[in-house]
Amino acid sequence: MILQIQNVSKNFGGLQALSHVTIDLPEAQILGLIGPNGAGKTTLFNVINGIYSPSEGRVLFLGKDVTGSKPYRLAKMGMARTHQIVQPLNELSVRENVMVGACFGEENHGMTRAAEIADEVIDFVGLDERKEQLAINLNVAQKKRLELARALAARPKLLLLDEVLAGLNPSEIAGMVQTVAAIRERGVTIIMIEHVMHAVMKVSDRIFVLDYGQQIAEGTPDSVSQDPKVIEAYLGDPKLAEEIATRTN
Amino acid sequence: MKIYTKPGFWLPIVLVALVGLWPIITDNAANREVVSSILVSVVLASSLNILLGYTGYVSFGHIVFFGFGAYTGFYLMSVQGWSIYAAMIMAGLVPAFLAFLLGKAILRLRGAYFALATIGVNEAARAFIKNFEPMGGSVGMQLNFKIYNDYGGAAQALWTTFYLMIAVTLAVIIVSYLVRFSKFGLGLMAIRENEDAAEVMGVVAPDSKTWAYVISAIFPGIVGLLFFFKNATILPGDAFRLHLSIETIVMVMLGGAGTVLGPILGGAGYQRLRGTLLVTPLFRNIQLVVAGVLLLIIILFIPAGIVGWLRDRFPSLRRVLE
Repeated sequence: MILQIQNVSKNFGGLQALSHVTIDLPEAQILGLIGPNGAGKTTLFNVINGIYSPSEGRVLFLGKDVTGSKPYRLAKMGMARTHQIVQPLNELSVRENVMVGACFGEENHGMTRAAEIADEVIDFVGLDERKEQLAINLNVAQKKRLELARALAARPKLLLLDEVLAGLNPSEIAGMVQTVAAIRERGVTIIMIEHVMHAVMKVSDRIFVLDYGQQIAEGTPDSVSQDPKVIEAYLGDPKLAEEIATRTN
Repeated sequence: MKIYTKPGFWLPIVLVALVGLWPIITDNAANREVVSSILVSVVLASSLNILLGYTGYVSFGHIVFFGFGAYTGFYLMSVQGWSIYAAMIMAGLVPAFLAFLLGKAILRLRGAYFALATIGVNEAARAFIKNFEPMGGSVGMQLNFKIYNDYGGAAQALWTTFYLMIAVTLAVIIVSYLVRFSKFGLGLMAIRENEDAAEVMGVVAPDSKTWAYVISAIFPGIVGLLFFFKNATILPGDAFRLHLSIETIVMVMLGGAGTVLGPILGGAGYQRLRGTLLVTPLFRNIQLVVAGVLLLIIILFIPAGIVGWLRDRFPSLRRVLE
């Protein structure tokens, strides 16, 4: 198990953002994390990633208890993430942004090697023409790719993807899905939060469904999409519910 | 990285060398004093730039290190009888250690809160020195003039001090260049742009910030000692001139925060401007007003400073202006 989340709860004042979530994640799998808006998906990422420490429960990464560890400790152990709301280093070039990932991740490269890795990764995500531009001048889709490139440059063991598909057009989504599958082929374990159902169902090995901070379903994409609880949770959004229900056809 | 082949590395060094050579070639003590004051400003601005420009933390307390280094070195020389060279080392190390402790305490604060804390540090340092009798308290300390005999007499000692000042200036420029293009520097700039994202990528922000603060504290301490060694006397009010902290920020912003060359040009330019204002009857008493107005204009119209503006405007100059 690369990541074990054991009975994790998180509350903000009176708000119970996560309650008793337990996930075991084997290596080289893609886990799709879905749920309606406000279900606590990003909060769960923040707990895994060390931005919040959980109110209750433990997080084990590579078998070590990392509950309450700082994000940079986890990065140095081989965890990387992208942000739902992009966080570019605005006044640095695209290459420098990606070099930060390579320099300070687990492999701890020097500047020269980091620049080489950055160039490879930038090509891989398709930003090669923007290398020298400042990150502030990219459009949203490019900033999403930059987020991904930065995370990949660290060559993580565990990659947390927070809505990398949001705001992309259908052909960009297809491209990104391929990219994610290619990353998994390299042996990287991935958890992805996603609202684009057909994409997350296609690429994930397992799906975990959160609603109001609680696990309501877990299993293969097929079994989850037919789970009545999941369909009910999505009923606030009939189109999505229908999409899930008819996915197997 | 082969930094010795980069024009951006040599340009600031050549500039300082030329300005430094001018009084030596003309063998003129008045020129020497003018250049000395420029060098002090360049050292203050370049060292502050490591914290303000690279790391993005505004400190209103930079002059604390200048005063503290000067006091430490002065004490070692006048009371303990150390040579200036040994005293210079301690004048750098003691402020650095102070910065280390301070950094651990107040670099947890971000943005405006850090800036406010540094104002408190400024005031606290002056009040402490004023009431600390072993270092002279409110009447300060004086050097026995005989001390200059160890350096070949008073006139020769002033020249020696000047050479040391050039050496310190070159050192701060080299350090500031090395930091700018190092992995450590990349981490600092990541912190400046987005501290949370930097931490997620593995930048150990608390440590990096503390080291940036420590490095930025060494050089003002050393140059502070040289400045007061020349004067042979030190007073709390002179060593901890709080407005100099603010003027140093103006210098960095004027030249271009976050660039190597910017604080050098900003420090020199502002110092010359102040020199001119101080001898102009109209501005003599209100030269700080000019600093304030200047800061306002920079922030409103050219927030990137002179060097930043030139780099934006003329991309071909980027290789040279770093």
